[in-house]
Order: sequence, then structure tokens, then C-alpha cells
Amino acid sequence: MLDTMTATATGISNAILRAKNLDVFYGEKQALFSVGIDIPEREITALIGPSGCGKSTFLRCLNRMNDTIPSCTIRGTVEIGGHDIYARDVDVVELRRRVGMVFQKPNPFPKSIYDNVAYGPRIHGLAADKGELDEIVYSCLERTGLLGEVRDRLDAPGTSLSGGQQQRLCIARAIAVSPEVILMDEPCSALDPIATARVEELMEELRRNYTIVIVTHNMQQAARVSQHTAFFHLGTLVEWGATEQIFTSPSDERTQGYITGRYG
Amino acid sequence: MTSEHIVKSYDAELNHLNETILKMGGLAESQLAEAIKAIATRDPELAMETVRGDPRIDALEADIDHQAVRLLALRQPMARDLRNILAALKISSAIERIGDYAANVAKRAVTLSESPPVRPAGTIPRMGRLVQRMIKDVLDAYTEGDAEKAKAVWARDHEVDDIYNSLFRELLTYMMEDPRNIGPCTHLLFVAKNIERIGDHTTNMAEIIYFMVTGNTLLESRPKGEDASFAHPEPPQKDGGDGR
Repeated sequence: MLDTMTATATGISNAILRAKNLDVFYGEKQALFSVGIDIPEREITALIGPSGCGKSTFLRCLNRMNDTIPSCTIRGTVEIGGHDIYARDVDVVELRRRVGMVFQKPNPFPKSIYDNVAYGPRIHGLAADKGELDEIVYSCLERTGLLGEVRDRLDAPGTSLSGGQQQRLCIARAIAVSPEVILMDEPCSALDPIATARVEELMEELRRNYTIVIVTHNMQQAARVSQHTAFFHLGTLVEWGATEQIFTSPSDERTQGYITGRYG
Repeated sequence: MTSEHIVKSYDAELNHLNETILKMGGLAESQLAEAIKAIATRDPELAMETVRGDPRIDALEADIDHQAVRLLALRQPMARDLRNILAALKISSAIERIGDYAANVAKRAVTLSESPPVRPAGTIPRMGRLVQRMIKDVLDAYTEGDAEKAKAVWARDHEVDDIYNSLFRELLTYMMEDPRNIGPCTHLLFVAKNIERIGDHTTNMAEIIYFMVTGNTLLESRPKGEDASFAHPEPPQKDGGDGR
């Protein structure tokens, strides 16, 4: 089948992230079963599937967010640029700088708009002085389309913005530390259609410099924004491939059932 | 389609679309049958009735366009559903063309009934039956979602081409023998060409159905007979040569 890759196939040339035989357990319960996927660099990969299928669990494996859950155990590997992120010597703070995250509900810090964006560069020591820090903050706000809207009130609290603006602020905060990958967990589910369109447009813009992995329940959104789509079902990666292929001629009956609105 | 949508009204709308296609296809098939019967029985009344039947097919095409646009806009179909709706749109325009060709055959049946009979007219019903059978099978393939059946129809088109090519030569021979045959033989030639075109549209429908079911296009090349477009008849020799 043209362009499509089965869950077991490996090796696309421009993979930045590569998961192999990934099993995840929450206590006794297994949440992911031998997931293997390549995430291509500077493209948008959408993870879709019914609730509880493991897509968010998988997303959280990509920057070790699951480490914060004590009962969570992981087998298998996730590589970034060829290095296993679960290796003993990995600096998790540095990993999360390289692999940033945007959540479902906009969660700006209870700080000013400026400080929300400046926070990451400060703790990672990315700016030598105030001038450099200003430059980072302004350019991130500019790239997320917020600068024009908030230029006059950079000291106002981040929480004073509208929901869509808050989400773009969170994206600005994520890119302020120059990550390689941005993980987005249903970033638009709390936004209205106009704010959603702005975020989708922003994602398309960000794709030039960053790799994006997005979990979404909205299949039209997955179809609109992504170049690659992976379908999860009951903890397994059923099928992944070019988005166009998945949404026009999926190979697996379960994928077909899910995306056409039938029981799989 | 194997399982049902969670939203039942979506299934109802898709079923209605598919039923309209079948109704339209059945109508075109019977229009063709009547037109050919009118030629075989030299019946101008039947022929005119057939010509008057064509607008019903056109109306169904408009109905299908409307249903398809509505489904695309309101349901945002994906995968097999999306291919189904695209197929319905393309198939309905193929059937509409078939209806036009059948009506044209019927019009020529009126003229043919007014001129003296010519023998090659006997081949037309055989060609017509073959194409009718293809239309029926392709509609079955659509209903049953049977890609192999569609492919079998697709592979059969060369039989129609073969009859057309031999009829083409036969008609030319008759015209060369006696100029009084030129009128009716030309009409028969157009009739045969129309039926041959109906075969082509049916073959296209088969390709569309194959894609609808499998998601893949039929890439292999279709078996083809010789092409009458390149035929080059020699006129008979006046001095009793070997041109007869």
C-alpha cells in the first residue's frame, strides 16, 4: 500500500523521535503494548483514537512526563536523535527543554505575560542579559501572533488573556527555550473555532522550525493540520502513515471504523 | 458496508444516495433496452417514448448532486464513506451520459424505421445485450461493494469493441456496395458508436467502483481489441477486381 507504514515497520530517514517496543504499565494494568513508531522531523504527527486508547500515555512517554506518576513503569526505548531518553544518565530537565509540552487547558503561570515567556530562558540560562531576554520574549510573542495583541500590557497577568490567547501564550512559553519537539495534548479542545483556527495556523507556521506531536479527539483537526497520523486502539498502535492515506484509504478495519464514525 | 455508523441518520442518508444511484442506473439500462428494441422491431412509437424518458435520468443526476453536496458539507465523510460519495458523483455523471446515448439511439431508431431495412441492423441487439449485461453487473458490483465483479466488467469491454469494429467494417462494405445504403448505414454506425461509448462509460464506472471499494486505482492496462479508428477501407473496383 502506497505511503502507509504498518505498526511494525521501522526506519524512515528523517525521524527525530523513535519509539521501539514500548510497553507502559500503571501498576498492574498495561496501558501500551509494544508501540513502535518514528516521528519525522519538522512535520506534524497527529495521534488519534478513542478515549483510553493510550495516545496521551504515549505522548507523555516522549518527554518522560510519566515519571511523575509513581505507579508507572516503562519497558522499551524512546530515542531522540538516536539517544535513549530513558537511559540512566539523561538529564530530565534538559530533555524537557528539548521536548516541550502544551496542555489541553491553557495553564499560564500566575505571573505577567512577559514573565510567562521569560521563565524558561531564565532557568535554563539562555539569555546573557536583559536585552537578550527581551529579544527572546518579543520574538516568541511575535511568532505566536500575540505581540500585536499584548504589546501594551506585558506586565498584565497571563491569566487576564482570553482562552485562545492564553493557549498561544503557553505555546510562546514552550518555544522560548528553543525546543526541538513540541508535544500538544488536545491543545484546542477548550477553545472556540476562531481561536482553534489561530492555533492551527500557528502550528503550520511552527512546523518550519519544530517537530510537533499532537493528540486530538477532533479528527477533522488531525486531517487539517498533520502530515502523519497514528491511530491507537486499546493500547496498541494499529496503524500509522501519511495523513492523506489514513483518512482516504486506511488499511485496518479498526481505523476505518473509528474515522468514519462506526464502532470499530 | 459491513457495520453501521453510530449516528443512524448518516447511514440512512448514505443508503438513500446509493438507492438513487441504483434507480438511475436501472432507468438508463431500461432506456438502452427500449432504444435497441425500437431498432430491432422498427417501432417509432417506442423510440419516441424512450426519447421522452431521458429527462427522468437527468433529474436523478441533479438529485444525486444535491445529496452528495449535502453529505460532504454536513457529515465530513472520511475513508470509505468519502470514496463512496465521490464514486456516486462520478457514477451519476457516467449514467447521465449513458442516458443521453440511449436517447440518441432511440432518435435514430425513428429515422431507421422510415428507411428500408439493412442487414447489419441484426448485430445491434447482440451488442446492446452485451452492454446491458455490463451495466447490470456494474450496478450489482456497486450495491454489493464487490471489487472483483467490477474488475470483471472492466475486463469485458473489449468484447464490445470487437463487435463494434467488425460492424464498422461490415457497414462500410454495405455503403460501398450500394449508395442507397449510406443513409441507414450511417445511422447504424452512429448507433453502434453510441453503444460502444456506453460500454466505455460502464468501464469507467467499474474503475470508480474498484477505487471506492479498495482505495486503489486499477493500474493494469485493460485488454483491448483492434481499433476501428485506424481502419482504412478500400473502395470496390469497378472492373470486377478483388475489392468486393
